[in-house]
Amino acid sequence: MRLTGQVIVIAVAAVFLAGCGESIDPNEPQGFIQTKGSDTMVNAVQMVAEEFMKDYPNIFVAVTGGGSGVGIASLINKTCDVATASREMKPKEIEIANQHGVYPNEIVVAYDGVAVIVNKNNPVNRLTIDDLHKIFTGEATNWKQFGGKDLHIVTLSREVSSGTHMYFKEEVIQLGKKDSRDEFSKETLLLTSSQAIVEEVAGNEEAIGYLGMGYLSDRTKALQIGKDKEFYPPTVENVLKKTYPLSRGLYAYTNGEPQGIVKRFIDFILSPAGQKQFTDAGFVPVQTSPPEAAPQSSTGGTVAR
Amino acid sequence: MKRLWRRISEPIIELCIRVSGLAVVIFVFLIFLFLLRDSLSLFRQYPLGQFLFGRKWLPISEPPQFGVIPLLLGSVLVTFWAVVICVPLGVGSAMFIAEVAPKALKNVLKSFVEILAAIPSVVLGFLGIIWLGPVLRDTFHLSTGMCGLTGSLLLAFMALPTIISISEDALTGVPRSYREAAFGLGATRWQTLWRVILPSASSGILAAVMLGIGRVVGETMVVLMVTGNAPVIPTSILQPLRTLTATIAGEMGETVGGSEHYYALFAVGLVLFAITFTVNFIADLFLRRARR
Repeated sequence: MRLTGQVIVIAVAAVFLAGCGESIDPNEPQGFIQTKGSDTMVNAVQMVAEEFMKDYPNIFVAVTGGGSGVGIASLINKTCDVATASREMKPKEIEIANQHGVYPNEIVVAYDGVAVIVNKNNPVNRLTIDDLHKIFTGEATNWKQFGGKDLHIVTLSREVSSGTHMYFKEEVIQLGKKDSRDEFSKETLLLTSSQAIVEEVAGNEEAIGYLGMGYLSDRTKALQIGKDKEFYPPTVENVLKKTYPLSRGLYAYTNGEPQGIVKRFIDFILSPAGQKQFTDAGFVPVQTSPPEAAPQSSTGGTVAR
Repeated sequence: MKRLWRRISEPIIELCIRVSGLAVVIFVFLIFLFLLRDSLSLFRQYPLGQFLFGRKWLPISEPPQFGVIPLLLGSVLVTFWAVVICVPLGVGSAMFIAEVAPKALKNVLKSFVEILAAIPSVVLGFLGIIWLGPVLRDTFHLSTGMCGLTGSLLLAFMALPTIISISEDALTGVPRSYREAAFGLGATRWQTLWRVILPSASSGILAAVMLGIGRVVGETMVVLMVTGNAPVIPTSILQPLRTLTATIAGEMGETVGGSEHYYALFAVGLVLFAITFTVNFIADLFLRRARR
């Protein structure tokens, strides 16, 4: 009998407490948001998610990488709420999504330059898009041809699930021509993350790899890239002015217009607090309303140096 | 009362055991059917001959090419070298543990072998990227440490516990009388071990080797992390290559259910299944012979 009494007390208390929990603030948003996709963006999105969770302690945001293709596939398979991608969805993917009852909604969340990195001991400082094409298709195999040491060139790429891989393939391997049949050289190493590319380039004098600006550090050297005669380093200014030839958008995709807590998260990404995280991670923020401060600081920077 | 209970409980327990036994068979069969169904879907869209004998793996090109030859050779080459490295080491240490080592050392060694088996493969892969790869690059003057040999060495390391413990069982299983007879005939310890015990345990050791091979062929994380994954037709173990398992793991996340690429990965899975099935089947044959 005593046991039954205790059980009843606990049950009543539980109901009461649960009721309390809800009644503290019924307007407080809560829930779970699953974000999947771009490995280029994963660190920045993680930082945004952490800031967001400080503002909304009852919403949990999970951030997973794997590559833009992974994010897009899981949006279509309905296993994530927000897919991040460092490339636009292909018409064929949108068509497949519609067949699965998913209507992708595209939001540009930041801009990025695809940086080409080499080892710090490599004397080569600049390459044209044509040079990159020759290197990554395997037409050119020695650094000597580009003013470097007499060393073999080891080309590093991301896996095929990577949006950066797709972007690089379209712009450098196929040189923007849709019907081009050129492929990455078969000797190209396909690594599973941008960090793995950083590790290999930092330790290998013969290596060349590409990745999003967010992964640039002083452990590797970013090359200046040019279409023909003028070369530009991958900096925020050059991406903003679009003078850096490998500039692109970073995207978030939702199924239809974002609603509820997902809308709050997307709004937060585009807010100054969210955009600051992208800036801190080394990307270029979206300028929803061009502020006076940004051009000022950029011109200030160039004048001073 | 007790007798009645026993009369009821016996058949119930028997039924439970029978169901669990059958469940395993059914699961394997269902997995096989599932693999077969999805991989056969590929061949409605893509010719079987081009899959089996194609020399190029270009899954996201237009039109895509799904030639399994480079992946298959990648797996075979990595496995071959892993076996070359781990079999002598594994059988050697099994011989030491079973026959030579004093009892105290034997127990210590056995528990260390078990700890070796408990190291997660991601951790080994990480060591491969950070440490083993660069070391091999500098010793062999390679252009990159992300090559087949790095994978082979780590895989050999992973297969060692399987090979050691099963061979050790086989060696200790040799009847005492064999040993006594050999010593009685005036054979030295080495002669007894090499000429008498090893040959009589050979079926068990072969089974251990085959199970080790099965482990190596199916291992994914390590090869995905350290072998460079370049889909070339490999000519040397010192160059980057791509295995069957790494291909499935690296590409599965981005395929949309029902696409050609998705089915192609299932077909790769079927090839892998066929290999491991054959290897395990042979191992089983040897184990059975060992028991007789």
